[in-house]
Amino acid sequence: MDNANMKLTLKVWRQKDAKTAGKFETYKAENISPDMSFLEMLDIVNESLTHGGQEPIYFDHDCREGICGMCSLYINGNPHGPKRAITTCQLHMRSFHDGETITIEPWRAAPFPVVKDLAVDRSAFDRIQQAGGYISINTGGVPDANAIPIPKIIADEAFNSATCIGCGACVAACKNASAMLFVSAKVSQLGMLPQGQPERYRRVQTMVTQMDEEGFGNCTNTGACEAECPKEISLTNISRMNNDFLSAKLFRQEEVHEIKHEGA
Amino acid sequence: MSETKQTFNSSLGKKLIMALTGLFLCTFLIVHLGGNLLLFSNDGGYSFNMYANFLTHFPPIEVVAYVLYASILVHALYAIILTTKNRKARPVTYAVVNKSPASWSSKNMGLLGSILFLFIVIHMGDFWYKYKFTNTVNFKEYRTNLATGERTETAYTPEKADFEHSQSFDGNTEIIRVKDLHARVQSSFSQLWYVAIYVIAMGALTFHMVHGFQSAFRTLGWVHRKYTPIVEFIGTWFFGAIIPLGFAAMPVVYYFMSLSK
Ligand code: SF4
Ligand code: FES
Repeated sequence: MDNANMKLTLKVWRQKDAKTAGKFETYKAENISPDMSFLEMLDIVNESLTHGGQEPIYFDHDCREGICGMCSLYINGNPHGPKRAITTCQLHMRSFHDGETITIEPWRAAPFPVVKDLAVDRSAFDRIQQAGGYISINTGGVPDANAIPIPKIIADEAFNSATCIGCGACVAACKNASAMLFVSAKVSQLGMLPQGQPERYRRVQTMVTQMDEEGFGNCTNTGACEAECPKEISLTNISRMNNDFLSAKLFRQEEVHEIKHEGA
Repeated sequence: MSETKQTFNSSLGKKLIMALTGLFLCTFLIVHLGGNLLLFSNDGGYSFNMYANFLTHFPPIEVVAYVLYASILVHALYAIILTTKNRKARPVTYAVVNKSPASWSSKNMGLLGSILFLFIVIHMGDFWYKYKFTNTVNFKEYRTNLATGERTETAYTPEKADFEHSQSFDGNTEIIRVKDLHARVQSSFSQLWYVAIYVIAMGALTFHMVHGFQSAFRTLGWVHRKYTPIVEFIGTWFFGAIIPLGFAAMPVVYYFMSLSK
């Protein structure tokens, strides 16, 4: 890379494990190309740390193309950095200027304990998903395409909700560390479609219950999540979930009984 | 845990309580402003005093009033519970927080609510408490000539300590004796610092309403592209502008009237 000439100062959160208190360390990042992604920049820093006999900086990543939801950095006060609608792995160094100081923190929420440095444990999301984020389906012959009619507008909405990659930026951005955007997207993507109807009212209750048990905060409709979500999941999902939850609790006696019998 | 308890203990249940009490308090604002506009009728406080007397002596209204006080307390209490939980959900805070596009009011509902709560305590202490539970509010006697509609007013000193109000007739003259809350309003609103408290509190009300009204609808799940813009419009312009301006006008106008006396 011939234009690898950016110099940056990084203030990085280092923390040995969930039990040890963390603190910021300052590092120099040199010979950085504006065309590199943010994670590539960290790779270079880590390489020099390793060569110097120091512990590399731990951070989560996997696909590096914005689809897996693993990357999770809180960069200069924004989850996934300063740009809208992208993940950290899709962020390029040209979004920063030469000589800039960049502060990098992990997602901060009690239900997301730090594993090490910038990596947090997001298995709370998995448990919420397991509590109700599924549908029952008969296996067997391949069903005909479009055998179940679904209005396009509904299909589109459900698909928009389904684009949530479970990264947790919504929790990180929310001043209340609420997980409502994530949970509501997961509730909506199934609850809007015919295939998701059998468990619809049960699902919303079990997933909300699990969300509460994990210790996430409570939504105050500030909309910070929607603004920071890399997949632009809309706040409407939250209202849709509220609506389903309230109607399940207040008007749907049969589902309520079913859950009680199962002791959930 | 019983089903009902579980419903209201869940995060969404607590928010539902916030939304319902909040919306109930919004409807109260309309009634309270409507009634208090009587302060602007130029009749020596007659209609305002009659209205205050009616509110405190008509049992159904008194019941609603206690529901209202309970709503204020529940709304504040749940706000504290929810905020405590939210703080616990983020034990370590961020070193750098960038300006997020979330509105200022949405991020400061607790501060705005606390200002309003403090205001309600001062306000109720000065009028409601003194009116109902002390003898510090003087009485007034209105004599109305039923034939001509002419009305005279004089101070009245009750003979018995537990006197509340009375209505009697002397030939063609109606004699009404009531507590003169209007005079209390006049004296309170002649102090500049007191007027300032009211105006500041109404400013807080504006921002509390701009976020709170539409937020309640979101919590209830009532969001639709057809009516959400209307809800936001009402929250901003009716509850956020007209209502606080109407309330703030009372101390301000009375303050200027007291100057020209
Ligand atoms: S809603 Fe958006 S920010 Fe939240 S987990 Fe899903 S993709 Fe990430
Ligand atoms: S690494 Fe997969 S979304 Fe960023």
